[in-house]
Amino acid sequence: MSLKNPNEKGRFGPFGGRYIPETLVPACHELEESFVEAWADDSFREELDSLLFDYAGRPSPVTECLNLSDELNCRLLLKREDLNHTGSHKINNVLGQALLAKRMGKKRLVAETGAGQHGVATATAAALLNLECCVYMGEVDVKRQELNVFRMKLLGAEVRSVESGSRTLKDAVNDAMRDWVATVEESYYCLGSVMGPHPYPWMVRTFHEVIGTEARMQCEEILGTTPDVVCACVGGGSNAIGIFSGFVDSDAELIGVEPAGGAAIGRGVPGVVHGMESFLMQDEFGQVLEAESISAGLDYPGVGPEHSYLSSTGRARYESVTDDEVIEAFQLLSRTEGLIPALEPAHALAWISRERKYLTGKTVLLNLSGRGDKDVGQMMEILNV
Amino acid sequence: MSENIQIESALRNRIDSGKKALVVYITGGLGDDWIQTMHSVIDAGADVVEIGIPFSDPVMDGPIIQMANDSSIESGATPVTILSDLRDESPASPLAVMTYYNLAYRMGHERFASSLASAGISGCILPDLPLEELDIWSESAANSKIETILLAAPTTPDERLLQICARSTGFVYAVGLLGVTGMRSELADSATEIASRLKNVTSKPVLVGVGIGSPEQAVEACKVSDGVIVGSAIVQEMMNGSSPEEVGELVSTFRDALDKNC
Repeated sequence: MSLKNPNEKGRFGPFGGRYIPETLVPACHELEESFVEAWADDSFREELDSLLFDYAGRPSPVTECLNLSDELNCRLLLKREDLNHTGSHKINNVLGQALLAKRMGKKRLVAETGAGQHGVATATAAALLNLECCVYMGEVDVKRQELNVFRMKLLGAEVRSVESGSRTLKDAVNDAMRDWVATVEESYYCLGSVMGPHPYPWMVRTFHEVIGTEARMQCEEILGTTPDVVCACVGGGSNAIGIFSGFVDSDAELIGVEPAGGAAIGRGVPGVVHGMESFLMQDEFGQVLEAESISAGLDYPGVGPEHSYLSSTGRARYESVTDDEVIEAFQLLSRTEGLIPALEPAHALAWISRERKYLTGKTVLLNLSGRGDKDVGQMMEILNV
Repeated sequence: MSENIQIESALRNRIDSGKKALVVYITGGLGDDWIQTMHSVIDAGADVVEIGIPFSDPVMDGPIIQMANDSSIESGATPVTILSDLRDESPASPLAVMTYYNLAYRMGHERFASSLASAGISGCILPDLPLEELDIWSESAANSKIETILLAAPTTPDERLLQICARSTGFVYAVGLLGVTGMRSELADSATEIASRLKNVTSKPVLVGVGIGSPEQAVEACKVSDGVIVGSAIVQEMMNGSSPEEVGELVSTFRDALDKNC
């Protein structure tokens, strides 16, 4: 029916697992048990649902793009995760994990962030649920996403700038893990994507399945059937797995779009970093390469293990687009539909726009995973306005 | 090629003579004279030397070893160059490699293990490879007679400690505190606690590492443990540009303190 659960070792086929320092292994066991127990508990699910609906604004609508459909000669629908509180899909996962942290008696959330969307969402949930919050963010991203840095601080979070390695998302994850190693007794690591050691890829996916569940029903209403193509951007891959989850048992073609400079599936080979076995951009010796993308949220050399699995079975297909194509798509959606997308989902639109010939006459569902407010300053510079 | 000296027997020699064991970590490929530093560290009384093979994402390491890693990688060091630097050496103490699992995974388990063996290395520590994921590596390691040293942490429950002790070869690495490698102002209580929990359940050598930054802290940890692993303090000295002899002198202060006070 839906996506499969990982096996008892936390694997989707050969991918996943739990490659972490011994210090964290008991914490991952405890987390797995707590998540399984909470997810089976009606009161937890009710509390989460009420936050998702009354606080975060779910369900998010599906919008049919009449103007752009004309231009592309397909029928384009957008799942509007950009309309969620905090401006992206990230809040779905964060509310689930923050409630779980509270249930486990943790006092402090630790998170990594790239574009700042997951950091803002985590800081928001921490403020709401009265938890301390510490967000690690690469120095490069602190500079290119200064609005989100200020948002996090307004929300009461501490933002720690990471000056090691790539100074982007990859090294923010490293520092967040180091913090967790040192504070594991009182801190909860609120990972922002379907990556990391088991149970994170599974748990984060579960919290995002609401995207796919809603979209499936909404497509049935609008189209009377499922779309021909379901498309989403992939960095770690949380918004993509969320929407794929609603269509994996349908005939829909599932397309994940990676940035050309961070195409773990497109350019990587299997490897192990950040607790998981998955496709990874690395050199011949196994040193992890630095990703390079216009989008801070996709600037990551790895990918969630379930995407590696879906790619290996052929159920989903992974494509990549260049920064230039993304810049075009960012402007295209703004101009034709009055919707300024985040640079991340602009990747998915860039693929749709490039492949318009292939998509002629098809119905296409794009997960608009976030809105573009955070990227407007960066685009002003790029476009020399 | 001569047979690798086994790590456990080297440590036992020291421990059975009523002394405490000293393992010293140095970053492979750090500076042109790192091989001389290795010999100097051994001459100063290290029973085993851990050679760090730098990895791009060392999540168990603090700032000092991270910087040393970066510096070594930037100077062109790779697992291949580091192992090849060691191939013609005949160190007087056995060597272990400390690195992260992806380097072994990428090279291939069998090939990585046999490369270690042919470079004269006796043991391997992979801090991001816990028990549950150990099988494939430990089989390859055993085929090449490489001892696999496992870490036990303050958070490890009792029944898991037993499994770790059963599968660890060479010695058992007691992680002295909740945190990454680096020097601290004082020895954490957790250091002696984990050492004592381990000593109660295993007859293998128990050495405390992570957070041992001074001879005094080493002596204190050895009230319970069979020895210590000293890393960041030594690497910091290397990063300061100290000569192999000067690094050796620092190691001597640890050796002397352990010999006099334990």
